[in-house]
Amino acid sequence: MNDKLIVSHSPHTAGNESISRIMLDVIIALVPALIAGCIIFGMRALIVTLTCVLSCTISEYIWCRLLKKPNSTHDLSAVVTGMLLAFNVPASLPLWMAVIGSVFAIIVVKQFFGGIGHNFANPALAARAFLLASWALAMTTWYTPGTLLPLFGSPDAVSSATPLAAYASGNTNYSYLTLFLGNHGGCIGETSSLALLIGGAYLLIRKVIRLRVPLIYIATVALGTWMFAGHNGFGSGDWLYQILSGGLMLGAIFMATDYTTTPTTPNGQIVFALGCGIITVLIRVWGGYPEGVSYSILLMNIATPLIEKLTAPKRFGYVKPKKEASAQ
Amino acid sequence: MNTFHGGIHPDGHKTATASKPICDLKPPTELVFPVSQHIGAPAKPCVKVGDRVLMGQKIAEAGGFVSANIHSSVSGTVKAIENRLHPNGVSMECIIIENDGLDEKAPPLENSGGDYTKKTPAEIIDIVREAGIVGMGGATFPTHVKLSVPKEAKIDHIIINGAECEPYLTSDHRAMLETTDDIIGGILILMHIFGLNDGYIGIEDNKPDAIAHMSEAAKKVSDKNIHIVPLKTKYPQGAEKQLIFAVTGRKMAPGTLPWQSGCIVNNIDTCASIFRAVANGEPVIRRIVTLSGDAIASPSNLRVRLGSSFSYLIEESGGFSQDTAKILMGGPMMGMAVPNTSVPVIKGTSGIVALGAESSKFEQESACIRCAKCVYACPMNLQPNLLDMAARRDDMCTLEKLYINDCIECGSCAFVCPSKRRQVQQIKTAKAKLRDLAKAAKA
Repeated sequence: MNDKLIVSHSPHTAGNESISRIMLDVIIALVPALIAGCIIFGMRALIVTLTCVLSCTISEYIWCRLLKKPNSTHDLSAVVTGMLLAFNVPASLPLWMAVIGSVFAIIVVKQFFGGIGHNFANPALAARAFLLASWALAMTTWYTPGTLLPLFGSPDAVSSATPLAAYASGNTNYSYLTLFLGNHGGCIGETSSLALLIGGAYLLIRKVIRLRVPLIYIATVALGTWMFAGHNGFGSGDWLYQILSGGLMLGAIFMATDYTTTPTTPNGQIVFALGCGIITVLIRVWGGYPEGVSYSILLMNIATPLIEKLTAPKRFGYVKPKKEASAQ
Repeated sequence: MNTFHGGIHPDGHKTATASKPICDLKPPTELVFPVSQHIGAPAKPCVKVGDRVLMGQKIAEAGGFVSANIHSSVSGTVKAIENRLHPNGVSMECIIIENDGLDEKAPPLENSGGDYTKKTPAEIIDIVREAGIVGMGGATFPTHVKLSVPKEAKIDHIIINGAECEPYLTSDHRAMLETTDDIIGGILILMHIFGLNDGYIGIEDNKPDAIAHMSEAAKKVSDKNIHIVPLKTKYPQGAEKQLIFAVTGRKMAPGTLPWQSGCIVNNIDTCASIFRAVANGEPVIRRIVTLSGDAIASPSNLRVRLGSSFSYLIEESGGFSQDTAKILMGGPMMGMAVPNTSVPVIKGTSGIVALGAESSKFEQESACIRCAKCVYACPMNLQPNLLDMAARRDDMCTLEKLYINDCIECGSCAFVCPSKRRQVQQIKTAKAKLRDLAKAAKA
């Protein structure tokens, strides 16, 4: 045997979880939505996604080289950020904008704050907000599914309204089935609820996420829109239409469950999901903008440290101070 | 199924030894007895170099109330009293005895034997103290201290801990199958001390044979009720607070002891040792050790004399199967890595686990990604992620607000961590720093 034994602190065994395995699971869970995006918007969706993934990974690599830090691209978190960013933009977005969005997500939102685990806002969503503020037209031009988009050049086609914009103007002629399958205008990865739900189920089975956040988020939006989003007064809202439209499924399953930017405490996660739901309803019903998911999550990201502080779990055996006093 | 909130499911690794009967191992020629094999003050040697000692003779006297006697496990001569390496890596005063191979027995413990029901609780606790019994599960808290509860205590639950939730270890499992009568006898004595008619034995449901076997033995006791409580197989089911909660539904308030929740908890082998001391007058000189791990050629359960060296056990049972990188005393979740194999088996050595290079790989830590898996896993409902970070920046104020002293160091957080962070090590270091600060503040 060896003369020297390793002496280290317990525990001497560990589970086989790793950051890259978790990220790989998220990537796998995003694949159905990517396939759906390619079917609905054509192969340009794939080109945009690959552009984002590559730009994110290269940005991270260059940052690590510049700062002489160990290369962290192998943890795959930049790939996830790239995919999520691509899923949040229309397939027609000029590719150079996708590159700028990716660089912003990785360098400004993630690395400026310390890299993985330290960013306060979701990089993909913050980059989406950045792109939306910078190139509002390109970010809100929706093409009817089936329009042949050029793979690399700038598209020039007639745009259509998203289901949520249609709803806001009193027009709900999308069937639930169309909404569920996602065959309508919108961002690359957000339209197909079916594909997103498949990915969500995979994440639940792999225990990457817990049910409470997506469930509470979606239920809150369903309740809120049923109560207030109707055109015929209280309780006339088409809640099913609302939860199947826009970025809700994508946001609730993949963004509101992001580890770094959401509370780690179980009760905090419930508060976070409720908050996201309420803000989404506020924006959708009373805001001047039909979609509210990304801003609601970003706003709740900012509130995360406070929520976490206020929802610390009660330690085992905790007794209310009052009782303790009377027992003495 | 009774259990607790949180916890983890590590690989059991128990099949290698679960079906191997306990095998008696002859004592080696030289035995080493560290004066501290328990929590509390070290014992004081009461023999001199050159003295002849008998098997079961007291060789070191408890150094205070929270301390324990130490007895020679063989007959022979005191060869030296000198510093040797303790399994915890510290060089410590040890009594070294040369075995004469005769196993000449010392007289049984005073006042032992006969009908225990005629003895008063104080008399029984006195025998337990004299026998040097400590928590044999690995914690090694002196048992007589545990049994000496304050007058105001209302004990209504005697719980015997047969959870054995640490991976690899099967010594308690085999003890339940093979020393059943000692365990039943022990719990009856404990019930007698506190005047109870009911006793509880908690066993994880990964040991159905032990549950069946103990249930059958418990049924034969006609005048008292011994309840076998199957527990969900989950780590750390055998931790005191988690076990008490699983069996009684009571949550021990932070900073309290089991008696304040009306419970007395003892390990399986401790319970059997109590019977052997009270009924047969035997002090603690042997224990059951599970020898396992992927670097052990033939894993086994051994009944060994205290003071035998790890290397003797390993050689006698077939040696190593591969280059060994790490040897643990106890299980891989809470056991300690020993510095070398010359260290002796002590009262808390429930197992010796030898691991090869592959399973002792030291993974690089990376940044916390706030996945909250440690928060879900913590059986004490703490926030290991925040404790870890506060400990790294020596933020004592935050550590106290996060209830660092509630941490039982079970290692569930580090086990589930995808970033491979070593929270327990950080927490333990910070606890020591806090103790030093408190001491300095007093002085």
